[in-house]
Amino acid sequence: MRGFIHSIQTLGTVDGPGVRFVVFFQGCNLRCSCCHNPDTWDMHGGKETETGEMIDKLIRYKSYFGKDGGITLSGGEPLLQADFAREIFEESHKHGINTCLDTSGSILDGKVKELLKHTDRVLLDIKYTTDEMYRKYVGCSLERPMEFLSYLDNCGIPTTLRQVIIPSLNDTVENMAALSGIIKKHHCIDKTELLPFRKLCLPKYQNLGIEFPFEDMETPSADDIKRLYDML
Amino acid sequence: MEHKNWNGFKSGKWQDEINVRDFIQTNYSEYKGDSSFLAGATERTNEMMKKLNSLFALERQFGGVLDIDTATVSSLTSYSPGYIDKENELIVGMQTNRPLKRGVNPFGGIRMARQACEAYGYKLSRKVEEEFRFRTTHNDGVFRAYTDEMRQARKCHVITGLPDAYGRGRIIGDYRRVALYGVDRLIEMKKLDKANLCSDFNTEQIRLDEELFQQIAFLGYMKEMAAMYGFDISTPASNAKEAIQWTYFAYLAAIKEQNGAAMSLGRVSTFFDIYIERDIAAGTLTEEAAQELIDDFVMKLRIARHLRTPEYNELFGGDPMWITEAVGGMGEDGRTLVTKSSFRILNTLYTLGSSPEPNLTVLWSNSLPEGFKNFCSKVSIDTDSIQYENDDVMRPIYGDDYAIACCVSAMRVGQQMQFFGARCNLAKLLLIALNGGYDATSGMHIGPQMEPMTKDVLNYDAVMERFDIYIQWLSKLYVNTMNIIHYMHDKYAYEKTQMALHDTEVERFMAFGIAGLSVVADSLSAIKYASVRPVLDSNGYITEFETTGDFPKYGNDDDRVDLIAKDMAHKMITELRKTPTYRNAIHTLSVLTITSNVMYGKNTGATPDGRKACAPFAPGANPMHNREENGALASLNSVAKISYDDCRDGISNTFSITPDALGKSGDERISNLTSILDGYFAKKAHHININVLNRETLMDAYNNPEAYPNLTIRVSGYAVNFNKLSREQQREVISRTFHECM
Repeated sequence: MRGFIHSIQTLGTVDGPGVRFVVFFQGCNLRCSCCHNPDTWDMHGGKETETGEMIDKLIRYKSYFGKDGGITLSGGEPLLQADFAREIFEESHKHGINTCLDTSGSILDGKVKELLKHTDRVLLDIKYTTDEMYRKYVGCSLERPMEFLSYLDNCGIPTTLRQVIIPSLNDTVENMAALSGIIKKHHCIDKTELLPFRKLCLPKYQNLGIEFPFEDMETPSADDIKRLYDML
Repeated sequence: MEHKNWNGFKSGKWQDEINVRDFIQTNYSEYKGDSSFLAGATERTNEMMKKLNSLFALERQFGGVLDIDTATVSSLTSYSPGYIDKENELIVGMQTNRPLKRGVNPFGGIRMARQACEAYGYKLSRKVEEEFRFRTTHNDGVFRAYTDEMRQARKCHVITGLPDAYGRGRIIGDYRRVALYGVDRLIEMKKLDKANLCSDFNTEQIRLDEELFQQIAFLGYMKEMAAMYGFDISTPASNAKEAIQWTYFAYLAAIKEQNGAAMSLGRVSTFFDIYIERDIAAGTLTEEAAQELIDDFVMKLRIARHLRTPEYNELFGGDPMWITEAVGGMGEDGRTLVTKSSFRILNTLYTLGSSPEPNLTVLWSNSLPEGFKNFCSKVSIDTDSIQYENDDVMRPIYGDDYAIACCVSAMRVGQQMQFFGARCNLAKLLLIALNGGYDATSGMHIGPQMEPMTKDVLNYDAVMERFDIYIQWLSKLYVNTMNIIHYMHDKYAYEKTQMALHDTEVERFMAFGIAGLSVVADSLSAIKYASVRPVLDSNGYITEFETTGDFPKYGNDDDRVDLIAKDMAHKMITELRKTPTYRNAIHTLSVLTITSNVMYGKNTGATPDGRKACAPFAPGANPMHNREENGALASLNSVAKISYDDCRDGISNTFSITPDALGKSGDERISNLTSILDGYFAKKAHHININVLNRETLMDAYNNPEAYPNLTIRVSGYAVNFNKLSREQQREVISRTFHECM
């Protein structure tokens, strides 16, 4: 099967456990204002890649994965090419390689459910905890990722909950309380990561001639992040 | 044979023959735990380090050299004893009579000694000048024999850095022998060997006979030197302190006699461990005291110095000695050679602070205990001071008692030695080939003369055919040049002290090297996959290239170009092997540049890969800076494809990564680095330097050197104090690829 990818990072250490081979998919259905990969949005760009070609590349890195590492599909939104993603994961498992899916959880159809059968861990981005903010800054309802999360919980797929912390938007007591509630309710969540919002992606926006909606937002300090962790 | 100082050791054949490996194998205790047992620095150690740090600061203020004794030729007994702090030192012995004062060693060449003195505002004394007026140095000898073509090749820098005016180094004495057996036993064995030489006195035999005479004489001087410090090293060491002291005296004798480029230590920590464990078991030593002994020993190694010229520093930046100590590794029987003392010696980077010397080199195996692997990763992340080499590829060849000379040169301790041969500039050779035997940088005609390849677009097959002719020409010239150098070095600057600490029958390597491998691979890839059009000057010679279209670049795990690099190394060693060597040495090849990648680049015109004239090469076997597009592991995989079978003298890779790119928490970074090392070496890669730091740190150190007195980074097969590099070398290091978080 063929799919469209944006790029490969052979050494990923921040998208899932251990050392990971990270494939960034091309194309995204959302337009999050905080997105740091705007170059992966376009559904028509990217490099066409065959599953076999991808797996040939992947197995060259198997020796680096140790006991925790493996492959991570990120993006873009891998769920938009769920069939392609599923085939990559299926093949990875044949080679004994751990699979990890980095997603916004905004699609849950039959193909995605098939993909999740071959997924060892999900990194689920819960961007905000109110429907209002989701609609304003993401472009979908809060219900969609919550439905996705419930499905993960039912299937018992280990999940890392992630949230990008954007000062003034979600660094609040209310948001942390809501997030904490979500964590308690879903036993599949065994890890939570609060990621500081950063603006390193600004040149990407400039190159693409797109406005970066959060250009003027503050970036949180390490202390801010620690304080928020303590609230969970 | 028995000796009272051996009480408590398990007996074995090491008692009846000189065999340190057997002693280690019969007596050491492997350690599979973590670093929690380690002790920190004592008050005494901290006080000593304070003294040393102020001496280092003073040395920096004096322009890199604190003092020179211009009136004494360095040798084992030519200086009165020197101390840092006599009362408080545990291990004693100094190269001259004061710390950081450098001696002169004109045996390699009087001109070098003279220039080195002058570079720092001194003048070589009339006394030394007189002494050497009627004496032939190694340098004199070489230039008596060099052919015109050899001189030309040297002058246009297609072969550079040859040890024809300085000590060749890269020889590791088995310094442990002095501690285990005492000098008298070693003399006795050498006398026996001399008496047993066969009676057909041909050139080889006569040379060996005279060498043995010198070896025996210098073992005697070694005893005298130790006696000046109040020690009798004629008998075996009786405890850990003596074992370390005796071993250090042997090493000290070597660096007093020789100023070789790399004066490596060998593999001493597990050897010391046997003595330390014996003392701890007997209740005469504590963990804290054991660490103190290692600390004091390492302090001595950190103040070792040789006097060099500025030109030398361009090749070998940062004032290195390459006091390389191989740590860890596995035994042939499957036990690990990691002991508590492997941890203790790495721990000196904490107890004494980070430092480029000694050049701590971990022999990595996938079978090493996890606790040790993770400690190494932690030390790398914290100090950027250690390098790693693949024990799993070296052990099958060199056994389990080999060590590393200089950066990446493996040899069995006390059984093998090397004739060091710097390197040839492969990228420059490609340009000379394209120009039909003309070097546009120097304006010299050299090598086979033919028409420049000035056709419209370069054809890959035609270029390869042409390149082969020049590789054949250079290989023969290179071997013959080396033969002259090492004949003369043996004749006029023979390493008697170090060779006295080898078996009488040794195996020799002749180590050749190549620089510019990634430039050549990318250039050939450009010619093959893109379109390369030569640009000519008014005389019809190529000075530049117009490259259009994309081409695969080495460093992206792309076989189309990586195999060009691999084949290039194979081709070189195959050609080199066709010319016989002096003393039947075994031809070996390295892909290593020290810091000379800057100088090599300076002497090389623009290349088809798009590299501008005079721009630095990547160091060693590294991909060219910032051409990697698929992340760090792709880059490592490319380098791992170069075969160790072709490059038995080592394949050096320097890897810089930001802390964030290694993981989020401290523990994650440690385990991820361990995974990376495991993965890389499982690919049969040979060597890696690890730097974990941000480019901003280096930029700040570049602008505010005084704020970073001890900033250590790995550059090639060694580490340097960043401040000791030239500004140009610093800029090059800053421009290298830093693998970052996306």
